[in-house]
Amino acid sequence: MWAFTSWYFASFVVKDLAMKFSEQFEARFAEMLTHYPTKRSVLVPTLLYAQDEAGYLSDEVIEEIARRLELTALEVRNVISYYSMLTTKPRGKYNVQVCTNIACMLRGGEELLEHCEKRLGIGHKETTPDGLFCLEEVECIGGCSWAPAVQVNYDFHENLTTEKMDRVLDEYAKKN
Amino acid sequence: MADLVSHPDEVKVVSRRFGLGATNLDRYLELDGYKAVQKALGMGADGIVNEVKNSGLRGRGGAGFSTGLKWSFVPKQASKPKYILCNGDESEPGTCKDRLIFEHDPHAVIEGVVIAGLAVGARTGYIYVRGEYRYLLEIVQKAIADAYTRGFLGKNIFGSGYDFDVYWHGGAGAYEVGEESALMESLEGKRGIPRIKPPFPAVVGLWGGPTVINNAETLASVPHIILGGAEWYAKLGPPKNGGTRLFCLSGHVKRPGVYELPMGYNLRKMIFEVGGGIPNGRALKAVVPGGSSTPVLKSDEIDIAMDFDSVAKTGSMLGSGGVVVLDETTCIVKFALRTMKFYQHESCGWCIPCREGTDWLKKTLIRFHSGGGMKKDIDNMYYLSENMLGRTFCPLGDAAAMPTMAFIKKFRQEFEDHLDGKPCPFEKATEPVLA
Repeated sequence: MWAFTSWYFASFVVKDLAMKFSEQFEARFAEMLTHYPTKRSVLVPTLLYAQDEAGYLSDEVIEEIARRLELTALEVRNVISYYSMLTTKPRGKYNVQVCTNIACMLRGGEELLEHCEKRLGIGHKETTPDGLFCLEEVECIGGCSWAPAVQVNYDFHENLTTEKMDRVLDEYAKKN
Repeated sequence: MADLVSHPDEVKVVSRRFGLGATNLDRYLELDGYKAVQKALGMGADGIVNEVKNSGLRGRGGAGFSTGLKWSFVPKQASKPKYILCNGDESEPGTCKDRLIFEHDPHAVIEGVVIAGLAVGARTGYIYVRGEYRYLLEIVQKAIADAYTRGFLGKNIFGSGYDFDVYWHGGAGAYEVGEESALMESLEGKRGIPRIKPPFPAVVGLWGGPTVINNAETLASVPHIILGGAEWYAKLGPPKNGGTRLFCLSGHVKRPGVYELPMGYNLRKMIFEVGGGIPNGRALKAVVPGGSSTPVLKSDEIDIAMDFDSVAKTGSMLGSGGVVVLDETTCIVKFALRTMKFYQHESCGWCIPCREGTDWLKKTLIRFHSGGGMKKDIDNMYYLSENMLGRTFCPLGDAAAMPTMAFIKKFRQEFEDHLDGKPCPFEKATEPVLA
């Protein structure tokens, strides 16, 4: 009973603390709604843009998007679990995504991943204790002719060697 | 951002404006931009469809279906709105061509979408760009906004009385969404699960309306066909395989890159002359001719013309144009394993033969590569793949099964070399070729 009561009241609190997104997000969201005959169609790109601002898709973000699109939170979660870029867990500020698919594998993608694991001291889908970096082994990101390729958040880094990778990571560490 | 390469054998059609700053609308207009759509406005719907049919243009996404024929399947009268959907969810391993098109020539894609719309009587088009390509989505967003400002899109385009809207759409990471019915599901805000066919999208597509879905490279080729004429385009390649193709050379070649070559270009020449051959004085072992889902070719099978029909005759496919080159130090079992890891990860889980098949194949290959293989595994893997073929809603099951069968059939000895707890014979020999 206690668990139910606290959940019941917590659900009001969540609604009161309506998520705040940037003006740019709101403008884009309003514009996108005019692109389609159904509201639901904006869901996938909206989730990714929301994640970019909030860091991850928290319960609050999911509730808010579900409310706006007249969906249930469960329907939104159902979609989130399908797309590999969407995450419901917090992660590092810079998401280092190393491609090890065939074209990158042939040119040292796996060695690059191993190097990043050693250098950052973390494995696949883990975050460094300072919250700065997280590491992910990803499938083809479209860098095949410039392999091995890595994406840090949305930025592409290509024709990499372990030395070049170190310089890339140094730069992101310095940015902070 | 991605480096451009060139070779004297290239015939630049789709890549004509690469590196010339055509993302800028004024520059695009100087380079014959938006002339094709104005010409198309005077050709009539049937005129456009016939021109594209006669050009021999075939889908550049992988299946190689005649684009003009696909457009002609859309019913003239429909109770629901018709749509054009540009498939920019490029994610077939080995393929990186649409990236260059969006980066250097986004207006050509928009023009292609509008012309396709004129051909089938649609008033709305969507350009779907995969989530990882955020910088490209931004380029497409700007290009669409610029085109609206000049009246090239929206109400009464070019004063023709015809209204046409083009919108962008972004994905969020899914290979499966590159399949056309899954793409529509994703655009409708759902999980990218394929729909049963028939009905085909040309009859029942987005929100139930007739929908034409074409690859970005296909649509970017259309304005060139309208301007240059079907006859000119068809003659660039062998019969029924019109035009040129962006080939993405990757793997063990000296000069990897995206090259636009005429259809029917010899594969050996592509690897050894255009790509500069194999680095480090090594020998060629195998080639994956059209992205990871196409069956592998052995080094003695590469004297072939790279067009849809010639590659099909070898039992493989031209696919999406991703030519992955493997040198003699590559372990085929490991390569097959990495390919299967990908398909297992990307299978949406909707159809059992694909969901369970990819998982079993991956598990068997992992055990096999680490020295725990049994002789009967080899035949079991082949049998399992055979039973995935054609038993799924979408071709992802086939895409996983076909290459596996080819690896086993053509490199059986390498599988046998891994038996009896022997370590992978290539583990030490394989040194990464870091650029």
